[in-house]
Parts: sequence; C-alpha cells; structure tokens
Amino acid sequence: MSKVDLSVKIGSLTLRNPIMLASGTVGYGNEISEFTDLNKLGGIVTKSLSLKPRKGNPPQRIVETPSGMLNAIGLANVGVEAFIKEKIPFLKKYDVPLICNIAASTIEEYVECTKILTSEETIKAFEINVSCPNVKEGGLSFGNDLKSVAQITEKVRAVTTKPLIMKLSPNVSYIAEFAKAAKENGADAVSAINTLVGASFNIFTRKPKIQNVTGGLSGPAIKPVAIAKVLEISRQVEMPIIGIGGIMDWKDVVEFMIAGSTAVQIGTLNFIDPTAPGKIVNQLEEHCIKNGIEKISALIASYQL
Amino acid sequence: MFITNSPVEEILEINPQIYLLKVLSPELTSIIKPGQFLNIRVTNRTAPLLRRPFSVCDVIGDHLYLMFNVMGEGTSMLAHKQIGSHLDILGPLGNGFNLNGSYDTAIIVAGGLGAAPFPFVTRMLERKKNIISFVGGRSEHDVITYNLKNVQIASDDGSVGFKGNVVQLLEQNLELLQSQKIKIFACGPNAMLRVLKEFCLKHNFDCEVSTECAMACGFGICQGCPIESTAQSEKYLLVCKDGPVFNIKDVVI
Ligand SMILES: Cc1cc2nc3c(=O)[nH]c(=O)nc-3n(C[C@H](O)[C@H](O)[C@H](O)COP(=O)(O)OP(=O)(O)OC[C@H]3O[C@@H](n4cnc5c(N)ncnc54)[C@H](O)[C@@H]3O)c2cc1C
Ligand SMILES: Cc1cc2nc3c(=O)[nH]c(=O)nc-3n(C[C@H](O)[C@H](O)[C@H](O)COP(=O)(O)O)c2cc1C
Ligand code: FES
Repeated sequence: MSKVDLSVKIGSLTLRNPIMLASGTVGYGNEISEFTDLNKLGGIVTKSLSLKPRKGNPPQRIVETPSGMLNAIGLANVGVEAFIKEKIPFLKKYDVPLICNIAASTIEEYVECTKILTSEETIKAFEINVSCPNVKEGGLSFGNDLKSVAQITEKVRAVTTKPLIMKLSPNVSYIAEFAKAAKENGADAVSAINTLVGASFNIFTRKPKIQNVTGGLSGPAIKPVAIAKVLEISRQVEMPIIGIGGIMDWKDVVEFMIAGSTAVQIGTLNFIDPTAPGKIVNQLEEHCIKNGIEKISALIASYQL
Repeated sequence: MFITNSPVEEILEINPQIYLLKVLSPELTSIIKPGQFLNIRVTNRTAPLLRRPFSVCDVIGDHLYLMFNVMGEGTSMLAHKQIGSHLDILGPLGNGFNLNGSYDTAIIVAGGLGAAPFPFVTRMLERKKNIISFVGGRSEHDVITYNLKNVQIASDDGSVGFKGNVVQLLEQNLELLQSQKIKIFACGPNAMLRVLKEFCLKHNFDCEVSTECAMACGFGICQGCPIESTAQSEKYLLVCKDGPVFNIKDVVI
C-alpha cells in the first residue's frame, strides 16, 4: 500500500494519480503499452476521433524546433466506428480510465460522436478538442470563438452524463473566459493547453518546412505559456484544470499542480521516452514522501503569489 | 521494441564525412533484422529534442554498426560521442527487408547514404545468393561502397564510374539482369527511387525499397510519418511502422 494518496478527482471521475497521456501522443494505447504499464497511469486520452476516418495532412507533418516540435498531423484517425470495433477491445484489457477525445468540423458532428461513444462502458469521460490548429475545414476555428465553445459544451453536455472536459486553445487573449464559458455550459473540467500556432522556414528554398505551412508547437518550449494559462484559469474559475504543455519530468508535474492543475497530461515526452510516464508516477510518490505531502491533491493551486 | 543504454566502443571515419559508430548491444543484435532501424536520443537535454532514426548498418557478433553523415546538430553530437559513453537506443523498429524468395541474385541499389543498410543485408545474403551492388552519388565523395559486394558505380558528374544516375546504369546492364532470377533491394533519395520505380514497373522486377521521412516517435504513436499507398487512397501508411521497407509497387514515392 502506498503511503501517499496520489488520487485526484475530475468531476465524478477519480484518477488513481494525476498522470494522464495526452491526445495524439499515444495513438490508441497499443504501441506505448510495450513501454509503460498503462494500469499504472491516471488516465489515457485517445487521439482525436471524428465521425468518419480522416486521412490527415500530407508530409512533411513534423519538424523540430528549439526544445520543441511543430506538427500538422491534421487529425488523422480511424473514425468512431473503427475505434469501437478495432481499438476498444485492446483498451478493455486495462484497468485505466479511457478518455475519448473528439474533434469535429460541425457542432452536429461533436454531438453525434459523443452520442455514439457514450454508450461504450469502457469510456469514462470525454475530452472535446475545440482547439486543433491544423484543420481548416468547416471554415470555423471553434477554439477562438467564445460562442462556439459555449454552444459545443452545451450541446455535447445534453447527450452524455459522463464527465466532460473541454480542451482549450492557448491561441486566444483571455483563456479564462473560455474556461468560464465551458463551466457555465456544463463542462466538468478544462484541459489547458493544446499546441500553439507556429511556423518554420527552410532558409535556402524559402519554403515552409511543414507542408501545411503552420503547425502546432509542443514540447518544453511551451511550458511557461502553459503554466501561465493554467494559472490564469485557476485564479478566475473554480473548476478542475488538466495541465498540459512541455512536461518532461516529475518536477514539471509538481509545477503544473502548484499553478492550479488537478491532473496533467504528458504529450511530446512520450515520443522521446515512452517509459517516462510510469517512472514519473513513482517519482511523484517519492517527492510526496520526502516532503511530507500526504495527499497529492494538497499541491493543487497551492501557489504563493 | 525496447530502450537500451549501450556502450559506444568505436567511432570510425570511413571518409571525412561519413562515420561508423560501433555499439555493443547483445539484446539488439540477437533480434534485429536487416532494414530495421533504431531511434537514437543524442542528448538527455531538451535540444535537440527528438530522437534521430538510423538504419542498422551492420551486425557482427554482439556489435551493431550505424553509418551516418554529419547533417545537423543531432548527427554532429553523435560524431562527438565519447568512447565508452552510453547511447540511448530505442528499437528494433520497422519491418526490414524480406530476404527470402526464389531469386538467385540480389541486386542492391543505393544512392548516397542509402548505402547504410546494405552491409547487413549483404552479410545475411552472401552465402545463399549472388549479390551485385549498384551504387550512385552526385560525385566521387557521395559514392559509399563500404562493405558491399560486386560494386558497380555511377556518379552524376562522372568523377567516378559510369556518368549518370544509378538507374541509367541498371538500364545498361539490363541483359545481365534479365538473364537471372533477381530481386532488387533499394535505398536512396526520393528522386532516385522514383525513376527506379518506373524502371521496375517497366521491366517487371520485384523490388523492396527503404523509405525515409521526418519522424517524431518512430513506433507508430505520433502519425508524423505518412506515405501514400497505391492500394488504398483513403489512408496513409506509416513509414516507421508499416515500413520503412515497402514493396516499391505499394507506395507512391
Ligand atoms: C528509417 C530511417 C533510417 C535512416 N537511416 C539513416 C542512416 O543509416 N544514416 C544516416 O546518416 N541517416 C539516416 N536517416 C536520416 C537521419 O535520420 C537524419 O539525417 C538525421 O535525423 C539528421 O539529424 P540532424 O540532427 O543531424 O539533422 P537536422 O537537420 O538538424 O534534423 C532535424 C530533424 O529532422 C529530422 N530529419 C531530418 N532529415 C531527416 C531525414 N532525411 N529522414 C528522417 N528524419 C530526418 C530529424 O530526425 C530531426 O528531427 C534515416 C532516416 C530514417 C527515417
Ligand atoms: C503529434 C501531435 C499530435 C497531436 N494530436 C492531438 C489530437 O489529435 N487532439 C488533441 O486534442 N491534441 C493533440 N495534440 C496536442 C497534445 O495533446 C498536447 O495538448 C500538446 O502536445 C502539448 O503538450 P506537450 O507539450 O506535452 O506535447 C497533439 C500533439 C502532438 C505533438
Ligand atoms: S514517426 Fe511517429 S508514427 Fe511514425
């Protein structure tokens, strides 16, 4: 038995610890399970699912930047139907909360996806991606529009009783307003942040290194931005925040929790060291023991300003 | 697929630009297949952040060899590794070449550093099959023939061997190729692979090709390495997981 209570709560969902794996950085769990025992983690978030399968953007989809990377995957995914048929059976073998991330080009599509997936018992919560910077379809960038975020939250809330998490874009001036809109319309929590819009050029050919021209910046380069966004929400809105952005080790997790995160998600680090998430759980426990922290939840929003 | 920390035992310079890294790793050498690759973390700092993919160049006993050119920061760090220091390796990755089959002559076609995976292929094949290696590069310095057998050379500028590209050299040897049961194994820049594909389709040659793409994870979780499939247009294949070796007919290069 652990001497420390690592559990945290996101709405009605209790996670055994605050370490979750971020959408788009673990596929559907299969490959990463060879490196990290999924049963050890607080939760796992699927790649964004859309109603129909999506092919995604043409290569080059990825480029490295200083302490970060840009990606323009374009929400490549198998679609809801294939997810249920082909991916869920594998995930059922694990005792780890499965959170489905949903992306869509219309509000109706968000609702439809959630409706279909909510009847799957294995799925414990939804994370709604209104903030992917790499898809232009539909002509709308939902994540930058307060009304859209409010509307999507309200409409999705109406079709599921499972915990609802809205994943917010950092590419806005006041992220707390978006968190407020999510909360007022029935969301249980917010995830902050998705990737920042970025671009990179080859100086000789003068062409963008990413075929899509812009991509989403992730990795340690974005951590200070993410911490600031989490803090902003934490100071203005009373609701669980899932902190995401550039986590590389257990110290980053502690920092995110102090800034106001109830849980965190590990993203880009999975590509570099897929064994890290499991190790971080152990290291967090050690940190708590060494520092006399009996419940890790005591760290949440414990900032001293 | 796992992560090992393996000691670097030697760094050899095979020409002023090309390095060979000798690494001790019985865990990997006992299972790795020609054409598979490794994803290497060149530093535990955050820059460069991502691992770098490299083909396994050769396997001798418990040692594996990587061949690389200094392209940027990552490969520069590799070239400066201390002997005895440990290399953080994720692998084995990808599918590798299928060396079995009823052919009697293996034709190796390599452009520039595309020669990297073929010493291992040659080692695995040399007792069972004839091997002819067609090796090309822009000029003399780019032609890499390290540990290859029966080498025929082409250079774009004619500074060494046949003047022209390696596929033109193959055309010249068509009679030789058609007189035997052959299978082609290729790796090199996309421009070369494109003309090679045309050549293979035209003459109905069976050909496996090792492809490249910028990668983040190397094992199928980021979706960063798509390649167009000729069979199914509704989705991409992944270079890291479905490849890097494909039948040349199955992919759009
Ligand atoms: C399956 C596979 C096998 C490879 N085998 C070899 C080999 O045996 N020998 C060798 O010298 N090179 C090989 N490469 C290419 C090698 O990975 C790149 O040259 C290397 O990553 C460059 O790193 P850098 O930091 O020096 O250069 P930078 O230009 O600074 O690299 C920046 C980023 O781009 C990526 N990148 C750049 N060029 C390539 C490329 N051509 N392919 C894939 N990723 C790239 C890197 O991984 C890195 O994330 C292989 C690539 C792949 C995909
Ligand atoms: C290659 C890649 C693909 C991603 N795909 C998705 C996605 O499909 N849906 C989503 O909500 N976020 C996606 N993200 C964003 C991550 O979940 C995370 O919010 C972001 O990468 C910041 O965290 P990090 O710095 O730890 O990577 C993706 C990120 C990367 C790097
Ligand atoms: S490099 Fe990540 S999926 Fe291929």
